[in-house]
Amino acid sequence: MSDSYQSFEYDVLVIGAGGAGLRAAIEASAAGCKTGLVCKSLLGKAHTVMAEGGIAAALATVDSRDSWQQHFVDSMIGGNLGNHWRMAQIHAQQAPDRVRELEKWGAVFDRTTDGKGNINVRHFGGHTYKRLAHVGDRTGLELIRTLQDKGVHSGIDVHMECTIYALLKDGDRIAGAYGYFRETGRPVLFKAKSVVVSTGGIGKLFFINSNSWECAGDGFALSYLAGAELCDMEYIQFHPTGMVWPPSVRGILITEGVRGEGGVLKNTKGERFMFKYIPPKYQGKYAETEAEADIWFKKVVIDGVKEDTVTERKPPELMSRDVVARALWNEIKEGRGTEHGGVFLDIATRRSAEDIKKKLPSMYHQFKQLADVDITKVPMETGPTCHYMMGGVKVDPETQMSNVPGLFAAGECAAGMHGSNRLGGNSLSDLVVFGKLAGEHAAIYAKKLKDFPKVDDAQLKGLNKEMNQPFENQNGEVSYKILANLQHIMEKGAGMFREEPTMEQCLKDLEGLKERVKKVTAEGNRMFNPGWHVALDLRNMLAVGEAIVRAAKERKESRGGHTRTDFTGYSKEFAKKRVVVRKKGAGMEVIREDLPQIPKELEEELVNAHMLKPEILKQLRGEA
Amino acid sequence: MGKVHLRVYRGNSEGGQLRDYEVEAEEGMVVLDVIHKIQATQSSDLACRWNCKAGKCGSCSAEINGKPRLMCMTRMNEFKEGEVITVMPMKTFPLMKDLATDVSWNYEVNKKIPPFTPVEGAVWQWEQEDADRVQEFRKCIECFLCQDTCHVLRDHDKMTKFAGPRFFVRTASLEMHPLDALDRTELLKQEHGIGLCNITKCCTEVCPESIHITDNAIIPLKERVVDKYYDPLRILWNKILGK
Amino acid sequence: MATDVRTQKGLGVTLRKDPWWLEPLFYQCLFGGFTVYATWAALNPYGPNGQHYYEWGPYLSPMFSPFFNPAWLHKLPALLATPALLVLWAPAGFRGTCYYYRKAYYRSVFLDPPGCAVGEPCAKYEGETKFFIFQNIHRYFFYVALIFIFILSWDAVLALMWPINGIGPDNGSAEGPKQFGIGVGTLVMALNAYLLGGYTLGCHAFRHLVGGGLDFLRVKKNHPVRFILWRFVTKLNERHMQWALVSMLWVGFTDFYIRMCAMGVWHDFHISLFPFLNSIGHVFGGSN
Repeated sequence: MSDSYQSFEYDVLVIGAGGAGLRAAIEASAAGCKTGLVCKSLLGKAHTVMAEGGIAAALATVDSRDSWQQHFVDSMIGGNLGNHWRMAQIHAQQAPDRVRELEKWGAVFDRTTDGKGNINVRHFGGHTYKRLAHVGDRTGLELIRTLQDKGVHSGIDVHMECTIYALLKDGDRIAGAYGYFRETGRPVLFKAKSVVVSTGGIGKLFFINSNSWECAGDGFALSYLAGAELCDMEYIQFHPTGMVWPPSVRGILITEGVRGEGGVLKNTKGERFMFKYIPPKYQGKYAETEAEADIWFKKVVIDGVKEDTVTERKPPELMSRDVVARALWNEIKEGRGTEHGGVFLDIATRRSAEDIKKKLPSMYHQFKQLADVDITKVPMETGPTCHYMMGGVKVDPETQMSNVPGLFAAGECAAGMHGSNRLGGNSLSDLVVFGKLAGEHAAIYAKKLKDFPKVDDAQLKGLNKEMNQPFENQNGEVSYKILANLQHIMEKGAGMFREEPTMEQCLKDLEGLKERVKKVTAEGNRMFNPGWHVALDLRNMLAVGEAIVRAAKERKESRGGHTRTDFTGYSKEFAKKRVVVRKKGAGMEVIREDLPQIPKELEEELVNAHMLKPEILKQLRGEA
Repeated sequence: MGKVHLRVYRGNSEGGQLRDYEVEAEEGMVVLDVIHKIQATQSSDLACRWNCKAGKCGSCSAEINGKPRLMCMTRMNEFKEGEVITVMPMKTFPLMKDLATDVSWNYEVNKKIPPFTPVEGAVWQWEQEDADRVQEFRKCIECFLCQDTCHVLRDHDKMTKFAGPRFFVRTASLEMHPLDALDRTELLKQEHGIGLCNITKCCTEVCPESIHITDNAIIPLKERVVDKYYDPLRILWNKILGK
Repeated sequence: MATDVRTQKGLGVTLRKDPWWLEPLFYQCLFGGFTVYATWAALNPYGPNGQHYYEWGPYLSPMFSPFFNPAWLHKLPALLATPALLVLWAPAGFRGTCYYYRKAYYRSVFLDPPGCAVGEPCAKYEGETKFFIFQNIHRYFFYVALIFIFILSWDAVLALMWPINGIGPDNGSAEGPKQFGIGVGTLVMALNAYLLGGYTLGCHAFRHLVGGGLDFLRVKKNHPVRFILWRFVTKLNERHMQWALVSMLWVGFTDFYIRMCAMGVWHDFHISLFPFLNSIGHVFGGSN
């Protein structure tokens, strides 16, 4: 083991090169800061590429009634008022500019066909109007490629395949980051005046998930260990439609577009069960009989009649993700699921084979290639899959700075924007809106500092020893085994449905894992060694897992992505609270904090404009 | 499904050899799943890149039974029962370890292509027909399989004189963009050596995104180079028009 | 340590298990066979008694069209004194510089590469920058080929004009008036023109010329005709290989068909059409 490390100095260091990280780095660099960008994979491979549907922004190119106010309301209602209102407002106001900016940087969005040739937008669950700018079903790829190409010409230093193991501090404030290059295993020190974490989500904590290996919760854990507060960690989005069979594809996403194009959910008895699961907040907004839903389907989807002229209501399959996911889970739990643990999603009997291939090309190929299933002939099997973390590092809405001076967060690993449930399309806009803000303010912060914060060499030696520990350990377990255990424990204890005793048990199991992780063994050496990489990731994943369970135990109500079987429904008390988790000594402290509420004047304005309904507000606030 | 037999290259920059693995396979597995299972149960230090496992990120490029492909999109039931399946790292790039190669050269080439630069006073309104052509090129997931299979790079090692199919596709997406102001023809001819391409189309054959690399990107760019450098009538015509 | 499979290079080095060598072998046979036939046919325009093997009645072999037979040609060595010499340079040049054929013969003839991810002799490689730079002339051959489409279509029209006095001793149409008729050979020639049209109009250089050279900006509005043309050429271009091969084989077959009729091996079926239109037939002029 050698303690010799490579060393770099940056005004702003961005960790994570997905949409948010790239956008932050571009902004910081444009502000004249020497900017470094670190990513665990190759540049351009981040999980952002998986986003299909689009980027939500009130461009109003198709429906002129759209406005930032309506986008704001949709996001707040979709998030069951668990959002930080100011973040939702900034997001709704700035998203259109960020989308147009992408276009000026070379993104090629689909165009409207009205002869004007503007950016085209499409429908998505929870959005009142057509609002998602898109590029077929590969919007995420377009976003990341555009930012990547903008980035490489902005003078940013990119360090690919480099994992950050710890954030460094000089007293209270941030001082840089320490990690290793995956290829050589060699340690690396980044001294930095300010650091932006934009490391994405936590999918890999769960057995069934739609995420890549990268989504191991690094940013949450690194920030938490550096003293930053995390909040909303109990809010996890389970996407209702993931693939369930064969086992190797379990969790891979089936786009919401399948239901948008007319796909229906059925149990093994052949029942279209969604009609049973319409919650009060959506009562009266969705069809109550199959007949009504079918007429809507025929008029709006097949014949292309304008939605506002149709008297029938839309099918309940199109409700928000949290609602649909819970319904699916319930059907499966009550024994009306398939032998592989899913329900049927049927588009084959609803649309012609040509239509399916034309409207859902990537889904057709995905099933054909990965599952050998022809979705034009037979129904898909589908079940909930862990998809998105609404919670994360608690940040100031205006600057994206955490409570640690100089530490910023953006994208999925920052909290507040989405509340308890994220609307489709709001994640991509989140990345560019808050990525920009984080980069801008990280630069401002860095410029104010005259000298680089100091780094403690003894600490680095200690960290390097820690990183090397798996090679010193003899006869311990392989990291992959512990990871698999962790995923099952989290699935059981903090999955879609939660209750006190299972969460208690989950915490105990996590404690047990902590002991095993101390003895985890890696074979070979530090050169590009995935077994060793996973061994080091486990520390982060355990910390994040514990934060999720502790936060979930604290919130004694059900809201969006947090469903408790022992506390169903909205609670008046918790409606105005957010759960904050922070490090205290060697342990984890959980506190409840007041959640900032929409200012009275704004609320009144929106109510008067008929965008916000007082009775829904009451319901979500647990006052009804 | 029973046991499957994989022969995987293990080695580093100094060399290596094929090593045999027998793995209990499950239904529906792709080659990447088998590699993961080897990591989890037999060789935890087997190096391989992957991210999305759904053919969208282009990380898990390798050569399976000699063919450049994505491991996540190659199903095990394509192979005959009992067949020994060889998995090699991409040949064209220097080896880091096992299945991971050093593709950094590609990123260096990309930096040399002048970025999108909008024309002055651009009006951001244009039609889907205009977008279609460019959008095909923007489907690229940068798996670099085209670079791997291109014989100009693979057999003739022209890394210093030739940009490779991926970056002709990239250049095409900029050159054909309706609102881009720059002309990259000289770069294509000189530094990026488009003349070295002898349009043998292997790039198109291996592209997992089915981009018509040769017909829609490289040949149209070659024609633009001809316009500027090899067509006497066209050059004369442009002179007359003062272009 | 055993040889490292990763760093091995050289002709045929590959881990591919499929019969990758079938493709180059197939094209070697196909192109080789066609070249042999075309050369033989071009060099043998006449029968033992001086009769023409390149025509039969109103039929004219595409390898000899447009037909020129100047006196100076016969001052050349006997072997080269064939009217085909004045014709074949054009289609040979067009096909020889065609983007599709380039792919096919670089692979199968020059083995550069013999197949995808198959090793090749690592001799000096310059692609199309040095010797093969002449390939850039392709568009000029296209202009010529375009003219040929009209000529060969006209030949097919002329193949409807049957001499009332029958076939002359040299296999050309006998002197005298003509009448409308249609024979199997007419159809063969018409199909030949059609196939060559499909191949020629799908040319990459033509695709560039009609619209590919533009950066599409509201192209449907600003260049409506060019856009429609570009779309049409693109459609043909997607099947350029198929058009190229079928049209090539059909040229060979057309020559072969006419030659067989001229040699008296095959009997051409034809019928008279519209006798009342015969007078118009005179407009199309005399005999060979």
